[in-house]
Amino acid sequence: MASAAAPAAAPARPELPQAPPVAGSARTRRLGLRGAVSGLPVRPALVGFVSLALFVMAWHLLTTYRVNVYVRFANVPSPADVLASAETAFLSGTFFEHVGMSCRRILFGFLIAAAVAVPLGLLMGRFRLLREAVFPVSEVLRPIPAIAWVPMAIMLWPTNEQSIVFITFLGSFFPILLNTLHGMSTVDPVLVRAARSLGASEAATFREVYLPATLPQIFTGLTVGMGVAWVSLIAAEMISGQFGIGYFTWEAYSLVQYSDIALGMIAIGVLGLASSFAIRLIGRLAMPWSAAR
Amino acid sequence: MTVVSLKRADEPRPAVQNRLGKIEIEDFGLRYETANGPVDAVSGVSLTVEPGEFVSIIGPSGCGKSTMLNALAGFLKPTSGAVLVDGRPVEGPGADRGMIFQQYSLFPWMTVVQNVEFGLKMKGLHRSERRRQARTLLGLAGLSQFENHYPDGLSGGMKQRVGIVRALATGPRILLLDEPFGALDAQTRLIMQQILTNMWQRLKISVLFVTHDIDEAVFLSDRVYVMTARPGAIKAEVAVPLPRPREHALIMSSEFLALRRGLMSLIREESLKAMGGEINADALKGLAANFDGHDIAKAL
Repeated sequence: MASAAAPAAAPARPELPQAPPVAGSARTRRLGLRGAVSGLPVRPALVGFVSLALFVMAWHLLTTYRVNVYVRFANVPSPADVLASAETAFLSGTFFEHVGMSCRRILFGFLIAAAVAVPLGLLMGRFRLLREAVFPVSEVLRPIPAIAWVPMAIMLWPTNEQSIVFITFLGSFFPILLNTLHGMSTVDPVLVRAARSLGASEAATFREVYLPATLPQIFTGLTVGMGVAWVSLIAAEMISGQFGIGYFTWEAYSLVQYSDIALGMIAIGVLGLASSFAIRLIGRLAMPWSAAR
Repeated sequence: MTVVSLKRADEPRPAVQNRLGKIEIEDFGLRYETANGPVDAVSGVSLTVEPGEFVSIIGPSGCGKSTMLNALAGFLKPTSGAVLVDGRPVEGPGADRGMIFQQYSLFPWMTVVQNVEFGLKMKGLHRSERRRQARTLLGLAGLSQFENHYPDGLSGGMKQRVGIVRALATGPRILLLDEPFGALDAQTRLIMQQILTNMWQRLKISVLFVTHDIDEAVFLSDRVYVMTARPGAIKAEVAVPLPRPREHALIMSSEFLALRRGLMSLIREESLKAMGGEINADALKGLAANFDGHDIAKAL
């Protein structure tokens, strides 16, 4: 591991000479670095790239030399193996069917969860009776992991497809609900008063103050909910699916196609990253005022 | 920031009915229950504000100044007495009484112009009409160049200016201000006071202004009510016969200083009461002995 890190660290080094070789104060050195990149996030991007490269390099070395120190890398596919299997998978087309299937399930499960949990959370935040009625039920159901729902879901829903979407729904439902509810409780009362004294009705206050004031928390809930949705989906697909990227990954193990396992995992990672990025993007579009902060 | 005065009288202005805007508070009392029994926050306060008059309430913290303002705004009901606006009891919040809070209360998700439009939107005005009116008002307040900014990017003084413009946009009969400049630095405060007095000079709407700053109260007001420490009651009513329009040089005049001195002594008594009485110098002498070389009693 240590020998792996040393050569790979070399590309990072050209960054260092940018510090002035003459004895400058810490201040001028910092200005020098800043000035060179003029505020662009070049450095974090560079560091991120280097760290990813290091990871792949370590992976490569561990698998090529079949390192066996209690943890066994003998059967782990190398980056090159995964690249090769990705090529075949991309050409055959079934891989994308799996990906498409998973995305569809996420979309349905997540959107239904958002469509139910956000309004419910807003109303629970506004009406105490509703909160008192719903909160205990949600607190009892919340700790049950979505995976534990799999057998029940299969019994509940007529098709496998519906039960998987249901599991995905459940996974994202509670984070969205709780964050929305929490957002409602942190709405600044002075803003509500300001709206009321400007002539806003109860309904207008809800629409014009409570909703936008809660949006940041709603989006936090959506981001967390999306993450849990993927966790739940993959688990459900591994257990009861016939398609989907989770099924693909599990099946690869059963068929002893080890490089496909890594391919599936990477695909899941990329999809998860892409979906949380999409939510953040939508959040930024929905809340242009928070960009100013 | 520069001082902006609202100078042009021929510009369109919010509808203001000069005959309206009378505030009457009669025998106002507010009592609430605590673990140690009922507590009177305010008791037996009566005061009036004539249409177009600028009246301040000063008093120590916790004397219930803000409570009365909140009752006038319609956010709470007194436990005894009556709160009347133009002879009718206040039933709830409404745009006929504009309210300015100490905390900045601009909606962070709306731009400056959208904030100013809000009350007009609630009135049901068409989008283009309310935008036009809001722009006019912002122009008068010298805030045109910030109309598309979000509040987060503005200074504290700027936020309160926008807040005042927003409250005035619906053409209220009454403006209620609850220590509106309390969070601002001293310089900005002076500028805001000048802006407010200029605005009021033009609009002639009734203002009830709560503050604990004596200079501010004297500079702005026609009359000042001094309240006692809890339970809040009216201790004195002081007329401020200083000429208008007022500029800040006024605070150096002997008339101003005389008024200030009078109010200062009234307030001091109450503030001391609120703190639990005069500090006993003898007791401190004993205490000072424990602090080698530090004569606290003398310092106080």
